[in-house]
Amino acid sequence: MISSDPSKRNSFERCISDGDLVIVYERHDSMKAVQVKIGSEFQNRYGAFKHADWIGKPFGSKVFSSKGGFVHLLFPTPELWTLSLNHRTQILYLADISFVISYLEIVPGCVVLESGTGSGSLTTSLGRAVAPSGHVYTFDFHEQRASLAREDFDRNGLGSLITVSVRDIQGEGFPDEFCGAVDSIFLDLPQPWLAVPSAARILKQDGILCSFSPCIEQVQRSCDSLRQNLLM
Amino acid sequence: MASEDSGDGLREETMSANRRHTWEGCSVLLDINDGDRLVFAMLTHGATLKIGKKKFPLAPLIGCPFGSLFKVETSSNGSHLARFFPSSAPEAATEQVKDHCHASVEFKDNRSLVDNNTAQGLSSEDIDSMRREGATGEEIVEALITNSSTFDKKTTFSQEKYKVKKQKKYAPKVLLRRPFSRSICEAYFKKSPTRIGSLRVDALSLLLSMANVGAYSDVLVLDTVGGLLTGAVAERLGGTGYVCCTYFGSSNLPIDIVRMFNFSSDVNSRIVQASFTDLIGEDNDEPSSQPDNPKAHAANTNTLLSADSIIPKSLVPVLHDESLEEVIVSNAKFSYSKEIFSELNPMQTSPHAHSRSLNEDGRNAQPCSISEKLIPPGRKASTELIKTWKRRGFTSLIVAAPEMEVDSLVQKLLSLICYSGPFAVYHHCLQPLAICMHNLQTSKMALSLQISEPWLREYQVLPSRTHPHMQTSGFGGYILSGIRVCGGSGS
Repeated sequence: MISSDPSKRNSFERCISDGDLVIVYERHDSMKAVQVKIGSEFQNRYGAFKHADWIGKPFGSKVFSSKGGFVHLLFPTPELWTLSLNHRTQILYLADISFVISYLEIVPGCVVLESGTGSGSLTTSLGRAVAPSGHVYTFDFHEQRASLAREDFDRNGLGSLITVSVRDIQGEGFPDEFCGAVDSIFLDLPQPWLAVPSAARILKQDGILCSFSPCIEQVQRSCDSLRQNLLM
Repeated sequence: MASEDSGDGLREETMSANRRHTWEGCSVLLDINDGDRLVFAMLTHGATLKIGKKKFPLAPLIGCPFGSLFKVETSSNGSHLARFFPSSAPEAATEQVKDHCHASVEFKDNRSLVDNNTAQGLSSEDIDSMRREGATGEEIVEALITNSSTFDKKTTFSQEKYKVKKQKKYAPKVLLRRPFSRSICEAYFKKSPTRIGSLRVDALSLLLSMANVGAYSDVLVLDTVGGLLTGAVAERLGGTGYVCCTYFGSSNLPIDIVRMFNFSSDVNSRIVQASFTDLIGEDNDEPSSQPDNPKAHAANTNTLLSADSIIPKSLVPVLHDESLEEVIVSNAKFSYSKEIFSELNPMQTSPHAHSRSLNEDGRNAQPCSISEKLIPPGRKASTELIKTWKRRGFTSLIVAAPEMEVDSLVQKLLSLICYSGPFAVYHHCLQPLAICMHNLQTSKMALSLQISEPWLREYQVLPSRTHPHMQTSGFGGYILSGIRVCGGSGS
């Protein structure tokens, strides 16, 4: 998704090539991420699409199936990824993601921690926000989810920006090695207040913490904990 | 850590060091009494902040980390702002309240309160004399409580509210905040929303996401929101890629708010301007339109300053002047800049400007603050850049131009965006976006078209007292977003 190499970025000159990840857009509520591979076929209700036909076409092209049906091939962005990823958990959507990134005041070069990783919807946007020189360290206590998320980030070309680790942040807190080195922390945990003391310890001066909870009771308890731990 | 791994760790460090502490001449946002008032300020030795009827010099804030708290301190030679570190006292108070509400239901209410202005035993003369004797704000608040005949009859919550209210008046707090797209947007939205087209922070955040703004992007913007959008995009680019502010007609749009962001030259140099005519121009090598009008620009800056801040006006021409100088030094191709410079020079009567140029000649410049060698934001896009964009297309488009006819503009601008490039258009009215959406649909230039209405509700979150704020903005405008595709009438 993000590259310093202009020939890899999306442009009028950039065409789809073997191995690219493309978002196959059927309708606004139906799209799929597909890795282009010569010899492969993509099948949906509109027919069978040969990957070989896609190669050499610019992103944004309309391509046709053997039956005459069509789809559009789009360049992957974190927004399209959020709409097409595999849900392994409940995910954050665009409105919350954009708000969280603004409130965390993330700019290129920031070091950001996140727990849990979940399906990696927010993490992908965090990766874009810290690129090219920053880094996202994301933690999930679920081994399989962590490794699936890692695969997703690699497929999206974000592997060098995001490190996924298996750790129970509510139970163990964030690793001490991050002490004083973190610009922003995002918590999406069932009991975020348990992680707040650790978060307070590792945040830089004037660093920002953001916690996402579905229920106001959780927010209230987190606020209590923040008042006790984060005010200096 | 990433910053250690990356090659230019040193630059990284200086940049982040700059961001964490204030320096002389830097722009800051002052938050007075927990968001009651937000003031932009330029930290110079002469700058002052008015709280109540008094003016306080801002010099003590220079060199302090962002996030520092200040309060008024009274000493033998008058009162001044001093940094302070909140103890655990407020937490203790919160704890108390919490314990209280867990313990039992209170039986106090307002049945015996009579509004006859006799509850307070202290007169304003008493308070003035306390002040003259050097009493601190906290002492005055304590005295007010002791002399209030009704304080004990109030509920615990009400007592806390009373304290907070008095504290705001007699012991004001000033929080030193880092200017950031979020805080700048919030401050403008609160103080003068019309200057930023009522663009609320959640709408601004959405625009940035929807247009996939990130490192190495080349973002085309149409910004009639004073430069807030341009600044927010540049912040996300972090000195990579470009944000190109385009304009229709002969004069570029003001982007003064960009100056509030404390951008380094690296970031500023990525903010460029180009007229739409130049961007679509048929391979004529020279940009055809007029260089920007410096007078108009200066006038705009001044409006901004008088409306919003306490920046000494004399500072502005100096900054302006220096920045133009820098253009000449750094890039010989910008020959017209010289004309602007000489045009501006006769107007330049500020003594600062003269001493500055002396320093330049004599090479005895003071240890420079950042602003002295700053590349200004919004230089004219070079012919090479424009050529590149013609060939490759912009990676995305953001329009925040509520005063303009967006429908026709968006279609024109969209032809400059590469295929599969996302775009987002902000407007405070739904109808122009609906028309625009319909036309894009028929032209088949774009898909994934969607109009969103950002929604934001702020809450007070306190133990047993959580509720939505009494007053909140119920209106965040609308955003049309979509993705440009091949084909259609635009290609």
